[in-house]
Amino acid sequence: MNLIELRNLYKTYHLSELDVPVLKGVTLQVARGELLALMGVSGSGKSTLMNILGCLDRPSSGEYWLDGEEVSRLSADQRALLRNRMIGFVFQNFNLLPRTSALDNVIMPLSYTAQNLSDREARRRGVELLERVGLGDRMDHEPSQLSGGQQQRVAIARALINHPPLLFADEPTGNLDSKTSQEVLAMFQKLNEEDGITIILVTHDADVARHARRIIRIHDGVIADGPLAAPSEPQTALAGGGDS
Amino acid sequence: MKLYRTVRTAFRALQRNVMRAFLTTLGIIIGVGAVITMMEIGKGSSAAIQSRIASMGANNLLVLPGTAASGGISWGAGSVMSLTPEDSEAIAAQCPAVRATAPVVRARAAQVVYGSRNWIPMQILGSTPTFLDVRDWNNMAEGQPFNERDVRNANRVCLIGQTLVKNLFENESPIDKEIRVQNVSLRVVGVLARKGANMMGMDQDDLVLAPWTTLKYRVSGASSANNANQSAGSSSTSSSVNTLSQLYPNAQLNLYPQQSATQLADTPIPVRFTNVDQIMVAARSNEDISLAMQQITDLLRERHRIHEGDVDDFNIRDMTEMQSMMTDVNSRITNMLLFVALISLVVGGVGIMNIMLVSVTERTHEIGLRMAVGARARDILGQFLIESILLCLAGGAIGILAGKGSSHLMTRYMNFPTETSLAAVIAAVAVSAGVGIIFGFYPAWKASRLDPIEALRYE
Repeated sequence: MNLIELRNLYKTYHLSELDVPVLKGVTLQVARGELLALMGVSGSGKSTLMNILGCLDRPSSGEYWLDGEEVSRLSADQRALLRNRMIGFVFQNFNLLPRTSALDNVIMPLSYTAQNLSDREARRRGVELLERVGLGDRMDHEPSQLSGGQQQRVAIARALINHPPLLFADEPTGNLDSKTSQEVLAMFQKLNEEDGITIILVTHDADVARHARRIIRIHDGVIADGPLAAPSEPQTALAGGGDS
Repeated sequence: MKLYRTVRTAFRALQRNVMRAFLTTLGIIIGVGAVITMMEIGKGSSAAIQSRIASMGANNLLVLPGTAASGGISWGAGSVMSLTPEDSEAIAAQCPAVRATAPVVRARAAQVVYGSRNWIPMQILGSTPTFLDVRDWNNMAEGQPFNERDVRNANRVCLIGQTLVKNLFENESPIDKEIRVQNVSLRVVGVLARKGANMMGMDQDDLVLAPWTTLKYRVSGASSANNANQSAGSSSTSSSVNTLSQLYPNAQLNLYPQQSATQLADTPIPVRFTNVDQIMVAARSNEDISLAMQQITDLLRERHRIHEGDVDDFNIRDMTEMQSMMTDVNSRITNMLLFVALISLVVGGVGIMNIMLVSVTERTHEIGLRMAVGARARDILGQFLIESILLCLAGGAIGILAGKGSSHLMTRYMNFPTETSLAAVIAAVAVSAGVGIIFGFYPAWKASRLDPIEALRYE
């Protein structure tokens, strides 16, 4: 079964008597363990699609099945719980809580989890993840004491704290220089390969998209390339280039 | 568990900006501090006034003889001799609203001598042991009060107040010492506890209290009306005692020519009894005062055989009017101060609301992030609400300390009477939590209504 299945998805914004259709019938399938890039210029509907996929927004019509669950009809609270359980987010501007240690930032989502973890268990998980992203020695640092790449790695650790099967990265390298960008993207690839986490990279940067195994282009509210397009050809070559 | 987490989250969020949190709570601190200080000062002054009035005789009534008038000329209050010790006893026995009574004989201010020292006390009073009951003055600093037998036998004993102790007996105990009042020596059997000044600033400790019989029959200088009474020869009950006064020389001047026995027989002065100058009455309680007045009036009219329609030959004075006026003024002042303090609390609450609104705007990103990672609207609402409640409670706690401190300073340096008010503390805590909820709700609600997408995109 596919992790994500979109069927004929529409999204229309109502701006004072004016209907602005943004998504015009998107059909898409994403299997488990994919590393996917969602590309498109601004205004193409890329962000809207990501918001719907990330359960932050609801489609106007159409079906969205996430892990066998129809989420387009869920209430805001139910979607919040679903996000907590199923989805990790990595943002362009990191969105770390200021004046809060890296560790506390990482375990923050746990305070909204339905399953109750003891404080010690939560910290243990946070420490484990920070070590995994290579920040084992920076756990007590506040975001202002960390570099951009380190902050983004904290954000990735935070996204993974609930062991979500799905990870969204919205322009994850937009605020990073090219070297740290490569490191972060390599980390995504590693997570995808080792943990089998489905990762969706939202970007307008073709260089970033090339790290994905499959690229979906949105143009004018529809998917320009076929939703079932084969993984892009240069993937291996460029991934190798990214490692260098 | 869930609440604990929310509280911890809120606490961490506040920790991130301690200075702002403190400034926000400042309004509440000042408000709560003001409430506490005001309440304590109000309560303190109210208690002070009431105890002053109580020590002056809060529930006391004073029965005074009526006014004599001849040919349209009034002689003023107390100019007829209409009250007797028996009246006093009858009032105590027959008026249910009366707790105790005491007949009082007043002597003119006279010199009191002990050894080489002398002093003129403000009051030399003669009464019965019940006087101490009536005045709530049963605690003796030293010795014992005189008893009924002393009154019956007109024993030469007395009680003295602290002022006399200070002026006559510097370092020695006055007990069993003899003091001389107008050449009559009285043995000090007891020292009254300190009572302090009354409302008019009169020193109530400047007092010699003797059995009324002693004062009336042995000590000259008891009020002139009594002397006239005495020289005219009084009722048989007192004649035997009366002769005792001749044992001691007294320098009483006869201002009027002495009447011969024949003249006396020809013009009998209508002396019916031994009179007293006033009767002090203690009502059972504040509420009983008007009832007691009614009962006393009825009883005395009957005893004095006053016909229907005739005027009373006595007056009853009460102090309740003054007391109720003072309490009223005091409660008004307390309420006013409380109102002012509440206004400052509301101002503090509005301050908290403003800061919380700013905080919500400033932390829009954080809210969006929290929502994205799975916080529900109610989690956000709870977090911000608890933040403002924490701020208010912290402000309340600091405010209580500040209020206590300032009322303490007021007492210390401005001599303002204050009294700890538990009600004020409870009210302050309740109000500060209430302010936190009421004024924190709108910003928290606003935060919870944010759209996560908009919030994340917000610049």
